[in-house]
Amino acid sequence: MAARKANEARIVLTGVGLTAPNGNNLAEFRKSLLAGKSGIQEFNIRYMGEVVAGICHFDPLKYQKKKDLRRGTRAGSIAIYCAQEAIADAKLDLACLGKSRVGVYLGITEHGTVETENEIYEIKQFDYNVKYWSHHHNPRVVANNPAGEVTLNLGFTGPHYTLGAACAGGNIGLIQGLQMLLLNEVDLALSGGVSESTGSFGIFAGFKSEGALASHPDPEKACRPFDKNRNGVVVSEGGCVFVLERLSDALKRGAKIYSEIVGYSINSDATDFIFPSAERQVECMKLALNKAGISPEDIDIINTHGTGTIEGDPVECQAIREVFGEYPHAYINNTKSFIGHTMGAAGALELAGNLPSFEDYIVHPTINLDHLDPKCPLNNLVINEPKKIDKVDYILNNSFGMLGINSVVIVKKFEE
Amino acid sequence: MTKEQIKDTILKIIAQIIPDEDLSNLKGDIPIREQVELDSMDFLDIIMELRKRYGIEVPEDDYIHLATLDSSVAYLEPRMREL
Repeated sequence: MAARKANEARIVLTGVGLTAPNGNNLAEFRKSLLAGKSGIQEFNIRYMGEVVAGICHFDPLKYQKKKDLRRGTRAGSIAIYCAQEAIADAKLDLACLGKSRVGVYLGITEHGTVETENEIYEIKQFDYNVKYWSHHHNPRVVANNPAGEVTLNLGFTGPHYTLGAACAGGNIGLIQGLQMLLLNEVDLALSGGVSESTGSFGIFAGFKSEGALASHPDPEKACRPFDKNRNGVVVSEGGCVFVLERLSDALKRGAKIYSEIVGYSINSDATDFIFPSAERQVECMKLALNKAGISPEDIDIINTHGTGTIEGDPVECQAIREVFGEYPHAYINNTKSFIGHTMGAAGALELAGNLPSFEDYIVHPTINLDHLDPKCPLNNLVINEPKKIDKVDYILNNSFGMLGINSVVIVKKFEE
Repeated sequence: MTKEQIKDTILKIIAQIIPDEDLSNLKGDIPIREQVELDSMDFLDIIMELRKRYGIEVPEDDYIHLATLDSSVAYLEPRMREL
């Protein structure tokens, strides 16, 4: 057991705001995950035509004016929606918040690709004359844009920035918020991740050129991690922002507490631009377990990173077997099978989808798994149907990214 | 274009740039920015739209002529008359 920490040194999740291709709040998202409802659809993208993708259907005008939408970015809009929803969910009174003590930390896979492609497309009709290049370009593409738009929208004057961490971004946004709370730099952190990747033909084309863009006649079956017939990534947009607070503050205001972040880690493969390393993923999971002061047998649910690529999925399975092989009771699922790869949002969004398990003891499955790849054997992989289990005390969330960035977050059922 | 058509064109451009604003009572002789929320980046959008849609270049020194609706029509009329 981990040594008991003071409440000031314990960081808890007290609000969730999200948009996923199959739900625009946690209740809707969870309902879809338990009902096996995919959010993947046909999508037409410039220069490529029909692809499959995960598109979010939230109402951006709920928290923004039309002019804000015209001037800002889709990532900014997703971030604002999620941040506002998280604050409402946490029942925080904006008027009473010390606005200079709120930090906004959002993970991103990339930012600016969509806006740059759009501008180049626009000036193409003017024979690439750059006098037609928009004066809005730079504020749209600066890397802090999605987090900055949140502060503009909400009037928060504390720190804001994004964390460029490829597809590990969502977890790393969370970890950054936790660290800033522990350092007493802020009193409230809006942490998570966002992605607007579906606006970029280049991201689809890049995966296609790698031989790693998913396709299927039925879009809802396109994302099939661990299946023998998987054929790549489904590109999706999405966002998830958590309200993080020190436990002492959360208790003081009587907040609803979803869970406590007890373990985390970030490390690097240092081996390849794209191909992952099981050795470093093992190390990353072990580091997070050590930080939490628990052993693999304490984990009840593992949300896998598995994106549905031929090469990537078996590596993660190997890593999980190595860490959990002797303690096979943890149930394993995959959230991307429902929503595709929400890139910078993935870590946070997939964690959110699992949080209700602390209350309902149900593990949502990995769907579209018709023929398990013999290279991906996992104990207790929850396949196609949700699984009711006896207890859920700890959830481990894997999130890995290109250039060999690995992240793991472990959350614990809240107990005073 | 007639002066009336030029005025309509300017109003349509402004409506696209600040879609949340009500332009129905915009007075012609009062600076636009005193009547609606239109910041410097929005103003540059007007300049860009004139360039993109009609090939009209407004030098920076002439921006002052686009302060009110009436002065905009007067300034643009010789440039848009033949469109």
